[in-house]
Amino acid sequence: MTALHPRQPHWRAPLSILVWLVLQSMGAAASATDAAPSAELRQVADGVFVRPGQTGVLFEADNVANLGVVIGNRCVAVIDTGGSKSEGKALAAAIGKLTDVPVCFVINTHVHPDHLLGNEAFSTGQVRFIGHEKLPGAMAARGELYLRRAAEYSGGDAGVEMVAPEQTVRDEVQIDLGNRVLVVRAFATAHTDNDLTVLDEQTGTLFAGDLVFLEHLPVLDGSINGWLIEVGRLAARDFARVVPGHGPVEADWPEAAGPVIEYLEDLREATRAFIAMDGDLRSAQETITVSRPERWRLIEQYQKGNVAAAFAELEWED
Amino acid sequence: MNSRLERHTGFISFLLVLAALFAGAAQATTVEEDMAWTGGLKNAYFADREIVSDDLVILEAPQRAENAAIVPVSIKAGIPQTEERYIRTIWLFVDKNPGPLVGKFHFTPASGRADLGLRLRVDAYSPVRAIAETNDGQLHMSRRFVKASGGCSAPASSDLEAAREQLGRMKFLVRDERAEENASKVEGGPATLAQLMIRHPNTSGLQKDQVTHLYAPAEFVKQVTVSFEGEEIFQAETSFAVSENPSFRFYFAPRQDGVVTAEVTDTEGRQFTETYDVSPVTGEVAARR
Repeated sequence: MTALHPRQPHWRAPLSILVWLVLQSMGAAASATDAAPSAELRQVADGVFVRPGQTGVLFEADNVANLGVVIGNRCVAVIDTGGSKSEGKALAAAIGKLTDVPVCFVINTHVHPDHLLGNEAFSTGQVRFIGHEKLPGAMAARGELYLRRAAEYSGGDAGVEMVAPEQTVRDEVQIDLGNRVLVVRAFATAHTDNDLTVLDEQTGTLFAGDLVFLEHLPVLDGSINGWLIEVGRLAARDFARVVPGHGPVEADWPEAAGPVIEYLEDLREATRAFIAMDGDLRSAQETITVSRPERWRLIEQYQKGNVAAAFAELEWED
Repeated sequence: MNSRLERHTGFISFLLVLAALFAGAAQATTVEEDMAWTGGLKNAYFADREIVSDDLVILEAPQRAENAAIVPVSIKAGIPQTEERYIRTIWLFVDKNPGPLVGKFHFTPASGRADLGLRLRVDAYSPVRAIAETNDGQLHMSRRFVKASGGCSAPASSDLEAAREQLGRMKFLVRDERAEENASKVEGGPATLAQLMIRHPNTSGLQKDQVTHLYAPAEFVKQVTVSFEGEEIFQAETSFAVSENPSFRFYFAPRQDGVVTAEVTDTEGRQFTETYDVSPVTGEVAARR
């Protein structure tokens, strides 16, 4: 179940309480499983598991992003840790049920809170945190705000610190899990300025982070031009399967790259046309719609923000 | 018959009570939202001067800031800029931001219209307010409430390094396709809509390094002066609440060809100056090198 704690104007409070009461009575049976500290892990390949994310708005909903687990002979690597300390703990508990092999690595695919606020649950001193070269800078710029927002929504269960990477990646590093090698690759500014992908060579499984979105409307927080270049390059490569940052736990490649590429191309074309015509950001936000709305959810929540980000970048093109 | 009427009356009373409760709560919310303003900000900037809430200027801002780093707001003036009566300064505040004063914007009769468009960082759910001072010293206010939502798009740069590479670069644009539309709205002739864009990271100094626990120094555009043929048409004193790569839309009245000069100073003392040959009638702009 989704835990909803949006801050709302007070006059709505009575209505919220009513809705809450109804939901509580409906969900009474489900709440027993909610409290269970172990997350669901789905196997997508030999030794490769995904904690499925649900399409929801970060902070407002739990378990938003797809999280990955790869098990080697000597080490487990965790790819993203979720949006809160409790989400990270539930992931750790699920891994503990699955294997006795210890977690040695946490790889954060980028700075967004639905992917890394669970880090604290793995901060035991035995785990090495790995992130993009620019991840520490992005955490510096946003960390305090993310923690504040998380605390506002969770009522204090969010965790109290950001765990920054000890090892940063500029181009590519290989991580040995014991008879199993992960290739961690850093990207130029795309979805954010600190995107990483993780490839399990043994099974050809690529954890694409938020370079690939399915179902959840792509969220632009880096560079629309850069994202199209990087995801285009990825689409030219062969992978047995890809785990998107949001959407189903696995998808065929390169088919899974299609929706995000088409979305970004259409957004770029419409935004460029609008800039040439006028240049008023608010009008652009009110005007530019999602070209294939049936493909996406959370349009209402993210489209205008995406238009703003695209606009601010593209208006400087000559 | 009677009992049915009573039942209806009872139900209507119930609705009325509900409505009253909701209205009361809504009013209480507004009062609570305005605490930062009434509890200190107003006095800090305007002491005991009277501020009238009316339509002399109308602030437009989105109810929900979908991208908290880039929240477009605009201010529309209800009077034309004439020598006899004009808006000389507009203050813009985001009450709950770490630095509530976004900026002070100065206009002259040569501005034609004291309209303004810009983009802000909004740090939290907050009232945004524009206060206009006319040349006779009266203060007029327009207020909106903005909810900063989401969270990915924190009020910080998405790529600070890229923002620094082109620091100081400017673009000046004339949006003349609106001149005809404007002509009907401005007494004494049409005004030309212009846009000045400045490459600058505009950092807040509130960003803590998670490793060193030190704060990055604030670095932002603090003054912008735009003149046409030597006469000032727009001036801004701004803070880091203005989004990265500040963009200002404003008007200027002279309708003959002339030279626009834009001078920008930042907190590091860096000065950037650009000069443009501008034709408001054709909309052509050529940067002088």
